[in-house]
Amino acid sequence: MLVGSFFVSDHPSVRISADAVAKVARLARLDVTPDDIARLTSQLDGMLEHFADIDALDLADVEPMTQPYPLVNVMRDDVVAPSLDRDEVLAAAPAAEDGRFRVPPIIGLEG
Amino acid sequence: MSLTETSAFEIAAEVRAGRLRAVDVLDAHLANVAARESEIHAFNTVTADEARRSAEAVDAAVAAGRDPGPLAGVPIALKDNMCTRGVPTTCSSKILDGWKPPYDATVVELVANAGAVVVGKTNLDEFAMGSSTENSAFGPTFNPHDVTRVAGGSSGGSAAAVAARFASISLGSDTGGSIRQPAALCGVVGVKPTYGTVSRRGLVAFASSLDQIGPFSHDVRDSALLLEVISGHDPLDSTSIPQPSLQLLTELDRGVKGLRIGRITDLPGGSEPEVDERLSEAFDALAAAGATIVDVELPSMKFGLTAYYLVAPAEASSNLARYDGVRYGMRVEASDTNAMYMATRAAGFGDEVKRRIMLGTYALSAGYYDAYYGKALKVRRLISDDFARAYEKADVLVTPTSPIVAFPVGSKVDDPLSMYLCDVFTIPTNLAGHPAMSVPFGTGAHGLPVGVQVLAPTLGEAVMFRVAAELERGAR
Repeated sequence: MLVGSFFVSDHPSVRISADAVAKVARLARLDVTPDDIARLTSQLDGMLEHFADIDALDLADVEPMTQPYPLVNVMRDDVVAPSLDRDEVLAAAPAAEDGRFRVPPIIGLEG
Repeated sequence: MSLTETSAFEIAAEVRAGRLRAVDVLDAHLANVAARESEIHAFNTVTADEARRSAEAVDAAVAAGRDPGPLAGVPIALKDNMCTRGVPTTCSSKILDGWKPPYDATVVELVANAGAVVVGKTNLDEFAMGSSTENSAFGPTFNPHDVTRVAGGSSGGSAAAVAARFASISLGSDTGGSIRQPAALCGVVGVKPTYGTVSRRGLVAFASSLDQIGPFSHDVRDSALLLEVISGHDPLDSTSIPQPSLQLLTELDRGVKGLRIGRITDLPGGSEPEVDERLSEAFDALAAAGATIVDVELPSMKFGLTAYYLVAPAEASSNLARYDGVRYGMRVEASDTNAMYMATRAAGFGDEVKRRIMLGTYALSAGYYDAYYGKALKVRRLISDDFARAYEKADVLVTPTSPIVAFPVGSKVDDPLSMYLCDVFTIPTNLAGHPAMSVPFGTGAHGLPVGVQVLAPTLGEAVMFRVAAELERGAR
């Protein structure tokens, strides 16, 4: 049980394509090289193959479980309370100016 | 007995009584750090100066007739994913390089207010993703019992810091076994409390519906003491259970007579034979102490790995979206904001973190949500229902913590499945939100420590600690 690897597939990718991996990387805001895509495609395909072990389960009538303890949404009174020091927060940022976070131009952002 | 072999419970009692100075306790532990940290690498940061000031404040309070609290003068190490104001908090990731949080996590406030002395921030797998502390941007932590082997993970630094007696106690976080597995591999006690009993405010989020902070210690009593201090409702954590802190110290000597201990008959196989032998001896010890051993089945347990490796990366991909080079940590400059995000995240995250972000993003993406994430949430329900049925027959369940003892550094880096399988016995607890703890119980292959795990239903910490204390007596 503790031997073998599902990350190295002997067969060509069937569950996820290189194109899909490239798209997911864009969604996840990760720069990837062609080598990264090839490696991740193989690794993710192997994982998804392993995760197929739950495909045989009949889950039609099973309620999804999103959190372990049945808590309802928590609200608090809207009262003024101490908050983080702005200068201390901005001091931890890569770039700040005039009391705000500084970022490069937004133009060029993908849709 | 040397000061580093004195329990936290006894240190606090002696310091509060004025018979022992906190600075002497600290010096003894820092001497161990000086002697062995270069070969263990338990810490990302040692806060010796701050620790000395804290210890002096504790001694001054005692001298002035004030009580510093139930952890008076106890040296504690904190996993480096817990925010400490003005002290670097890295999550062992390059992407948080240079970041000093502007606030303390609730648990950090609680241990400091109880008189504990923070000696440093401990190494972990990057963003707590791993089972060996080899996925750290700062290099692995080595096992104090054999420095050619891993300490386990992801809280490997916190486990090793206690095992090497760099700190009397420590805090880790457990998302799929990240406290219990390194505790087992390092021969110390490690506790994952019920989800919601310890505040997560200031714990850097990995998988928010699974993460929980808990203690490491040399004995069961010290973990009970520390958990009493850190548990309780926190209005600043919306998933915190509204109830007072746990009362555990009074449970430890009650024994197990009359308790029903569940043995899982369809437990996934593949454990090392010595691990199975120790488990069998653990049941014998509990039966000899008056408990009844009952057989239970958890048929969905074997699907826990799949449910976990879909749910946890899905939540992680969302939680780690915040590392974008804007508000904290490092930035790789680029011509526009989106290019800056992508370059920063590519340079800042390690391979395992990227792999899990990709997997989670895919499992949540349009067209695949129902097939992966949605289905995993249903399997999570099946596992939770299996536990509910088992706990109709048993008060607690007992399993191995890890199927194997500490393995050689580097031996599983290229084989992620066998790494993931280290958590096969610990993951179901997190999916259900239950408490569980690992107790040292003899040794296995190569004379390395073996841990036995006690699992209990939601808020079943009291009975869990009773059984753990009995196992500890049985192991002696």
